[in-house]
Amino acid sequence: MKQISIKEEACIGCGLCQVYCIIEHSKSKDPIKAYRREQPRPVSRVRVETNKPYSISIRCQQCKDTPCVYACLSGAMTLDKETGLVVHDAEKCIGCWTCIMVCPYGAIKPDTSSKIVAKCDLCPNLEVPACVANCPNEALVCEEVKQ
Amino acid sequence: MSKYVIIGGSAGGIGAVEAIREVDPMGELTVISEEPFPQYSRPMISEYVSREATLETMKYRGDQFWKNNNVQTHTGRAAVKMDFTKKQVELEDGTKIDFEKLLIATGGKPFVPRMKGGEKDGVFTFTELSSAKGLESKLEQCKSGVVIGGGLIGVSAAEALVKRGINVTLVELKEHILNLILDEKASEIAEKVLTEAGVTVITGQTVQHILGKQDNEDAVGGVVMTDGTEIPCDLVVVAIGVIPRTELVKETDMKLNRGIVVDRFMRTNIPDVYACGDVAEAHDFLLDGNRLLPLWPLAHMGGRVAGYNMAGKKAEYAGGTVMSSLKYFDLPVIAVGNVNPEELDNYEVMVEHQPEKTVYKKILLKDGAIAGFIFLGDLEKAGIFFRLLKNHVDVSEIKDRLLSEDFGIITLPESIRQKMFVVN
Repeated sequence: MKQISIKEEACIGCGLCQVYCIIEHSKSKDPIKAYRREQPRPVSRVRVETNKPYSISIRCQQCKDTPCVYACLSGAMTLDKETGLVVHDAEKCIGCWTCIMVCPYGAIKPDTSSKIVAKCDLCPNLEVPACVANCPNEALVCEEVKQ
Repeated sequence: MSKYVIIGGSAGGIGAVEAIREVDPMGELTVISEEPFPQYSRPMISEYVSREATLETMKYRGDQFWKNNNVQTHTGRAAVKMDFTKKQVELEDGTKIDFEKLLIATGGKPFVPRMKGGEKDGVFTFTELSSAKGLESKLEQCKSGVVIGGGLIGVSAAEALVKRGINVTLVELKEHILNLILDEKASEIAEKVLTEAGVTVITGQTVQHILGKQDNEDAVGGVVMTDGTEIPCDLVVVAIGVIPRTELVKETDMKLNRGIVVDRFMRTNIPDVYACGDVAEAHDFLLDGNRLLPLWPLAHMGGRVAGYNMAGKKAEYAGGTVMSSLKYFDLPVIAVGNVNPEELDNYEVMVEHQPEKTVYKKILLKDGAIAGFIFLGDLEKAGIFFRLLKNHVDVSEIKDRLLSEDFGIITLPESIRQKMFVVN
């Protein structure tokens, strides 16, 4: 399965991963339109944390024990047995925030405008996820790992 | 003879089926469910009543869940008799099913106190689809309703009714709504939000009895409060709580407290018999003891653990605690653990309140570890705190930073991060 990992020593905390995550998950896929015109603006599924001089970029870690899947009240969060990835079905999500309560990385975002959650989907339409492709210091790496 | 028999087709039963099938794809598996519906998400009853969900969209798993998992189902029929010596369950139609391993996941039933007028047409509960269907279909002829109980279910019922244009009065016996989950301040914020949404919140009182309509004594026409006040209404929702459905095992040797007592492997005291969910008293990791915790995620987790053990794969239940997330009336709240401790002197309390943003956060520390927290209005990092609480992590070193805006995984000392927050 695909996995995004971070080289902490290379992260400069620029926040571009957040910007490109928002653009990729916007309707227009255009930075200006996504930021200026799209209402509601999509939330970033990545969070850059800073504790100077250090910073890291955090997203869904695809936990093996999948606490969000077991906590989900509606059945929106499931484990895809074939890919080994945790998949969020926005149609089925009722925005109960239970997955947020049990996500150890705080990696599931409450999208209060659409009233559901959002999490990293590894950019299924892209060869390389947007955050990885646009990380200026190559702090983010996307690779295939064993399930 | 069925190798595995599960009584109850909700969160616990579904979790157990999935776990059993991971280990044993072929063993004969039977699920008995009293409810005549396909599996559904019980917490979505609120969405069903508000018409945001249909019977189709509230299915918890796909259409063919039982079939795909090779499960033989007996729906719409209750298990009525249990013989642990013969290892046999009897259904109400006389069918007898022998089992090798049994899971009791019968859940809880809504607690409805005896009160005058309680039998009238227009009195509903909110945790069973059959009652919710009755309520949903009646709403078009109703203008006002009284919800008894200001807990999670009561608030979810109030929201659904408001969304359907009903004039709602919410009645809570204690001084504050959501008092099992929130502290006084957070309750006050929630009360204000409900009031602004048009709900009349009455606390410190309850409904004494239910009145009939003037032209039809058998239909709900109003309620009389403890202080004698009369509130006219067309319907009453009783949402006081749930009690474990233990009837099936009452006359047996099964160890019962308020619910069925289970160990960390979800085993009861009877060999080969397991229990989980609202019917069981299982491990609480904060209390380090057993207690009733009627919560969907814990029922599902308990069911999984039971399922693994039934199928021969050893699994231990990590446990749960008081843990709730609320979304009702667009007020996002996550509250976990002990937020109203009796001996407050033993706790260190940290609070941040930003009324203009409707953000309120509170963390309680005991002996350096997080014993409880409330995150209202700003939820994103709540899960990090949940893991710290669950693992009894000493956070004294960073306690001054817990409530700061930039708190995150990166704030945690290296020793804690390496142990439980490994970022890929």
